[in-house]
Amino acid sequence: MSTHTITLTVNGREHTEEVEARLTLADLLRERLDLTATHLGCEHGVCGACTVLLDGKPARSCLTLAVQAEGAKIRTLEGLADPEGELHPVQQGFWEKHGMQCGFCTPGIVMSVVELLERDPDPSDDEIAATLGGHLCRCTGYVKIREAVREAVRLRSGSHSPQEIRR
Amino acid sequence: MTSHRDGDAIGRSVLRKEDEPLLRGSACFVDDLHLPGAAHAAVVRSPHAHARIARIDPAAARKAPGVFDVVVASDISERVRIPMRMHSKPELEPYLQPPLARGVVRYSGEPVAVVVAESRYAAEDAAQLMSIEYEPLEPVLDGPGALSGDAPVLFEETGSNMAAQIEIVDGDIGEAFSRAELVVEEVIECQRHASVPLEPRGLAAEVDERTGRLVLWGAAKIVHLNRRILSRLLGWPLERVRLIELHVGGGFGARGEFYPEDYLVPFCAIRLGRPVKWTADRDEDLRSTNHSREQHHRIALALGADGEFLALRDTVTFNTGAYVRTHGTVVASMTAGLLPGPYRWGAYECRIRQVLTNKTPAGTYRSPGRYEANLARERMIDIGARRLGLDPVEVRRRNLVPLDAMPHRSGTHIDGKPVEYDSGDYPRLLDEALDLFDHDEVAAWRAADPGPRRRRGMGAAYFVEKSGIANWDYARVELNSEGRAVVHVGSASIGQGVETVLAQICADGLGMGYDEVDEVRHGDTDEVPDGMGSFGSRATAIAGSAVLRAAEALRQRIIAAAAELLEASEGDLEIADGDVVARGSPSRSVSLAELYQAAQPVRALAASTDPWLKEEAYFHVGSMTFPYGVHLAAVEIDIETGAVEIERYAVAYDVGRAVNPLLIRGQIVGGAAQGMGGALLEEMAYGADGQHVSSSFMDYLIPTASEVPPLRVRVTEDAPTPLNPLGAKGAGEGGTAAAGAVLANAVSDALGSEATSLPLTPERVLTLARASRDARPSRPSRSRS
Repeated sequence: MSTHTITLTVNGREHTEEVEARLTLADLLRERLDLTATHLGCEHGVCGACTVLLDGKPARSCLTLAVQAEGAKIRTLEGLADPEGELHPVQQGFWEKHGMQCGFCTPGIVMSVVELLERDPDPSDDEIAATLGGHLCRCTGYVKIREAVREAVRLRSGSHSPQEIRR
Repeated sequence: MTSHRDGDAIGRSVLRKEDEPLLRGSACFVDDLHLPGAAHAAVVRSPHAHARIARIDPAAARKAPGVFDVVVASDISERVRIPMRMHSKPELEPYLQPPLARGVVRYSGEPVAVVVAESRYAAEDAAQLMSIEYEPLEPVLDGPGALSGDAPVLFEETGSNMAAQIEIVDGDIGEAFSRAELVVEEVIECQRHASVPLEPRGLAAEVDERTGRLVLWGAAKIVHLNRRILSRLLGWPLERVRLIELHVGGGFGARGEFYPEDYLVPFCAIRLGRPVKWTADRDEDLRSTNHSREQHHRIALALGADGEFLALRDTVTFNTGAYVRTHGTVVASMTAGLLPGPYRWGAYECRIRQVLTNKTPAGTYRSPGRYEANLARERMIDIGARRLGLDPVEVRRRNLVPLDAMPHRSGTHIDGKPVEYDSGDYPRLLDEALDLFDHDEVAAWRAADPGPRRRRGMGAAYFVEKSGIANWDYARVELNSEGRAVVHVGSASIGQGVETVLAQICADGLGMGYDEVDEVRHGDTDEVPDGMGSFGSRATAIAGSAVLRAAEALRQRIIAAAAELLEASEGDLEIADGDVVARGSPSRSVSLAELYQAAQPVRALAASTDPWLKEEAYFHVGSMTFPYGVHLAAVEIDIETGAVEIERYAVAYDVGRAVNPLLIRGQIVGGAAQGMGGALLEEMAYGADGQHVSSSFMDYLIPTASEVPPLRVRVTEDAPTPLNPLGAKGAGEGGTAAAGAVLANAVSDALGSEATSLPLTPERVLTLARASRDARPSRPSRSRS
């Protein structure tokens, strides 16, 4: 199987990796870079648990080949807050509004919501619904997730967290 | 987090202890565990629903790049069968599943071999090279059909597809039916659907080189029980087997049971002498993890003129799939035991046949056996009420078990134990639910004209749940060196928030603050000596009671130790902000961290006291407790597309005592969403050849944010159970229990045509709408007789 050398930036850090053409971006992140917050719920692009931001846009990392991410800037859940630092407003919103139960789908949803709020700091209910519509959650019934997104909007508008200023 | 007084944690909606690692991405689910040198397993599964295995040739797979090993059935002792852990019956023994199919495959997806290789990619490549010759046999898929004389038989040894039968008869059923004003009889069917936790199953196993002990990561739900099973199947002493639960991506009944892979992965690790990891993909998860719910009810109600419930008779066929799995007869006995619901019946008869077919084996799914029973009973009540010209809600009210009849024996039994509803004010909760729903407002909405293509309807469903099956658990509470509390408990975390709830209970038992409970540790058989785990809404009621007992005992120890140090009387001391202080003289105090130091053996033994500040407790209770609830739904249907829109949905649920109302509401809403999926979307569908045709998320539709409406939820505490010191009844399943029933009732009301099977897909809704038009061409559907 042919291999390719790719360079990509993940959460601000540049990585150069030798990969098989068929290696998925999710497996690169999880197995090579040990960034295991990005979860695999279906491996066929439906559940959205594996969502990362690829050059600022949500991408299903299970359907994206690592070679397609050549030169790209990737953001994952691990990059939202420093390990001991203050949580990102979206993370904080999910905590305060009980927007998660088992937490397996949460990383993908959080990344999609982060992208939504960066694009539109005060999204309509329809926009929120459209964003959440790309994700499956089996625990919450989504009601508290919608509240969590609203809380994130509120927290974001209140003050900018250090993570946001840094970015 | 808001500050609060010590000792008032129970009843508050504190934020969860679990969330931070999940939000930061530092949580470790089993596939996140990277063991150095681990090999990866791929399970080779049968592509046939029913076939004889003529030949297996692993030679090509063995030679494939990166392959370490291939395991086939002949490598495993013929005696290994996955046992029943509950409700086991000797007549079910012949139907237990071997880890790898022996001679015959009985469902599409059954494990036939395991390939172990250097990576998941290499293992799956090599799995394709397995040469297996099958001789296809005719499959049998339909539950009732499997009992007909000419149906293919799954197990030649017994010659019958009937795995088990349960029969409950109470009262004179013939007499009751003979004096009925109205008898209604229907076939009501609940379709096969399943728990489908979002994290696929996975496991990692390793024999520790230094100690020779086996460690299995990825266990869930019932870690200690599975350790016993694994130890027995491997023939290893219990002490040489350690199971560790990591983060778990949802349970809902299916995850955590002992599956073939729970034997195969450790077996491969032992055989290969290196760590082995396996992660299911979604296709194999949907084809191999327990299905549930497939029941066929031939059910009849005998009603008096005023709607009095004279008798209920039901013959149920439960399609258990190709093997009997770990639950034995749990689902069937739950159906038979709880089918009467919250009502008084003059007479009752239920016969359940648990039937084998060539489908994925079935097990429990949130509100197992009750979702189906509630559908059948509550549908029939609506059908009967309509035929009598009575309001279905009023008919329910007239027949509820009254408050003064509590505790109430329903006349049924579960696993040999009589069912006794321990407490409940059923009429009161019905009023609460109607109030929450704004019933009059909905009735007016329903009566208004929605336009020519639309129909409106509403429905109610009342049910009794159960909690605390498997009747004991273990807890240990201790102080750590910082003077903070640490709990060890036999429960498991499957995402439900058990750490938070048990920390709240611990805090109150100790008289300390919630934030001073440092950790709730669970799910590691080395850290917790024994326990029953988390299933059947049991953790709060059973393990919570053990935590409370242990915490209260530790509080006594702490106060006594402080009394000695401070030379004060115990009655004058209290715990506040990490110190034990004398009331009225705050200068006389000792910190909990100092007490920890004083309890070190060197000092404690010198002072002739017991070392360490820790207490253990077991809680054991003879019977289950019975929470109860009401679902109400209003739907609007587009009769051109068959789409069902849920306009309003309300759940009122009495849990006896709500330890964390926020989390209970989360359980109810999440549970209801699953129940709505079962009502409208989800089906484990099979082709006539026995192929599973919904084994992807493109085909198996779980609800998305677009399908789940806002819900009205009311959690009441009218009827604390007398059976445990908390009064708590458990809250995990009431959100799901009646969702199928209530939506079927609302859709039937809207269309004026009786829905008798789920899911209510657009196709089925359109069929019902047509049936209604054909039946009453002059008056479309709105009449309620």
